[in-house]
Amino acid sequence: MKILVPIKRVIDYNVKVRVKPDNSSVDLTNTKMAMNPFCEIAVEEAVRLKEKGIATEVLVVSIGDKTCQEQIRTAMALGADRGLHIDCEQPLDSLHVAKLLTKVVEQEQPQLIILGKQSIDSDNNQTGQMLAAMANLPQGTFASEVSVEQGTVKVTREIDGGLQTLVLTLPAVVTTDLRLNEPRYASLPNIMKAKRKPLDVKPADEFGVDLSPRVEILKVTPPQKRSGGTKVSGVTELVEKLRNEAKVIP
Amino acid sequence: MTVLVYAEHDNSQLKADTAKLVSAASQLADDIHVLVAGEHCAQVASQAAELKGVTRVLQVNHSAYAHQLAENCAQLVVSIAKDYSHILAAATTGGKNFMPRVAALLDVAQISDIIQIENSATFVRPIYAGNAIATVSCNEPIKILTIRSAAFDAVETGNNAPVETLDVIKEDPRVRFDSEQLTVSERPELTAAEVVISGGRGMQNGENFALLEAIADKLGAAVGASRAAVDAGFVPNDMQVGQTGKIVAPQLYIAVGISGAIQHLAGMKDSKIIVAINKDEDAPIFQVADYGLVGDLFEILPELEKAL
Ligand SMILES: Cc1cc2nc3c(=O)[nH]c(=O)nc-3n(C[C@H](O)[C@H](O)[C@H](O)COP(=O)(O)OP(=O)(O)OC[C@H]3O[C@@H](n4cnc5c(N)ncnc54)[C@H](O)[C@@H]3O)c2cc1C
Ligand SMILES: Nc1ncnc2c1ncn2[C@@H]1O[C@H](COP(=O)(O)O)[C@@H](O)[C@H]1O
Repeated sequence: MKILVPIKRVIDYNVKVRVKPDNSSVDLTNTKMAMNPFCEIAVEEAVRLKEKGIATEVLVVSIGDKTCQEQIRTAMALGADRGLHIDCEQPLDSLHVAKLLTKVVEQEQPQLIILGKQSIDSDNNQTGQMLAAMANLPQGTFASEVSVEQGTVKVTREIDGGLQTLVLTLPAVVTTDLRLNEPRYASLPNIMKAKRKPLDVKPADEFGVDLSPRVEILKVTPPQKRSGGTKVSGVTELVEKLRNEAKVIP
Repeated sequence: MTVLVYAEHDNSQLKADTAKLVSAASQLADDIHVLVAGEHCAQVASQAAELKGVTRVLQVNHSAYAHQLAENCAQLVVSIAKDYSHILAAATTGGKNFMPRVAALLDVAQISDIIQIENSATFVRPIYAGNAIATVSCNEPIKILTIRSAAFDAVETGNNAPVETLDVIKEDPRVRFDSEQLTVSERPELTAAEVVISGGRGMQNGENFALLEAIADKLGAAVGASRAAVDAGFVPNDMQVGQTGKIVAPQLYIAVGISGAIQHLAGMKDSKIIVAINKDEDAPIFQVADYGLVGDLFEILPELEKAL
């Protein structure tokens, strides 16, 4: 069974972004970049399925400019077998990404596609579901447990009320939540080995997908600042303030 | 223009999110339909009909919609989509699950997590865990939007909109509901509560959350948690507040033993009043707290409970 894992290069999750003074977007110059944390979880899950003998091949794909090859190499150091970089300079909406991925699914015919539930930059939480719809596949989103058995995948999902378990017929799309697994670190020998693994590069415009922007960003502003920072001396003062100053408790 | 609102419910009770969605919808049009898709959900449909501003409730009662499976719900919405200029669902795990499918099937982009509506094509949404706020415009013929309900006030009740039953059954044989484990709680829901008290890694274990519950009982509060507390198994996943958990904006948020990582702040920093209790006076949570209390939570919590 082949598993496809789409991964995204994003700002490192520890970094707090700043908005550009001209309010056109956020400033990413010299910012530390990394694989989207949810994609790391997706790679880890695919690699574990391979280690269990369930998957035979793990293919990672990333869409973006050439810097995202760095994240593809990281995924290969974590155990992915093969990489595909879809080269594209312009920013894309999740809809475009899903369309390109649909083409990859048609070409590669994976049995399972594991994506992150959400990119931590756009915070869209759309691509996996859109891909599933366009490739006409069932989906198990926000997965905290995945088990593949006889042509199906059982997915336990983190939902607002608790947990929900679904059984999907393969091929299917799964998106990862935080508690699906804890990604490993790449070892130095594996980082070296990853350099020799095959990485294909294809320009996005070869896929025949209309990439004209659907959503226009008019401006990006910093969030309203909170005027926090005040300390109280103890419980008595706290309760007094909550009651009489903030008036949020009776 | 007519706007469709997808109702959030559990087949017996309409969720508070829906009244907030209707209020968002009323900024877009005067004609607002609410779709109630579920099984044995007639009661929910009547509750939706009571919401001020709703002009029609569309009800679909079938086992295919009992568990809000994305494949089925998306097909249902797509089958009636052409009559609407905008389709709104809550930015909950329910709306996030099926709405992008609707968008993809209609070949339009989706705009997620809207906190403000500027006009019928311009919307405001947080990005980068709320560290930037984007104003975006979208010219798609049908606008597919998920709404962060904490950012909108609920409409009132007292209406009596007509309820119409639809007979559209979409059932994807490739997905089967297996089971669910729902958290039962007597407390208000996290996203609807006026007061939320959350615990982090500093709570040390699940039993110690009883200290928070004792206070929650006195304040009628919901109890939340940081990711670290959920990952460590102290409490279930549905209690996580943050960028990738639930977004809350209560009148009062009390963070106990939580350091204040950006991902946690993303889920609570729009609360009216924030209280932080932490033994580390340099914890970043204090930078957003209106009232910070430095000290050991195991001493402070029992004292606080007594004082309330
Ligand atoms: C992709 C991604 C998504 C994430 N999404 C979320 C999310 O949605 N929500 C979320 O919360 N996190 C999220 N995180 C995790 C986040 O980065 C932090 O790791 C997490 O919020 C830390 O939780 P914490 O504050 O409970 O733990 P810590 O950071 O370990 O803080 C514990 C705090 O407790 C205090 N403390 C300890 N003992 C006591 C005591 N006896 N009395 C008083 N204080 C005490 C300490 O001083 C410390 O400040 C996400 C991370 C990633 C990478
Ligand atoms: N440019 C991209 N290249 C590859 N995968 C992507 C890209 N953008 C999004 N994805 C995948 O889609 C998931 C969800 O992203 P989003 O819908 O943007 O929140 C990510 O975790 C990735 O798995």
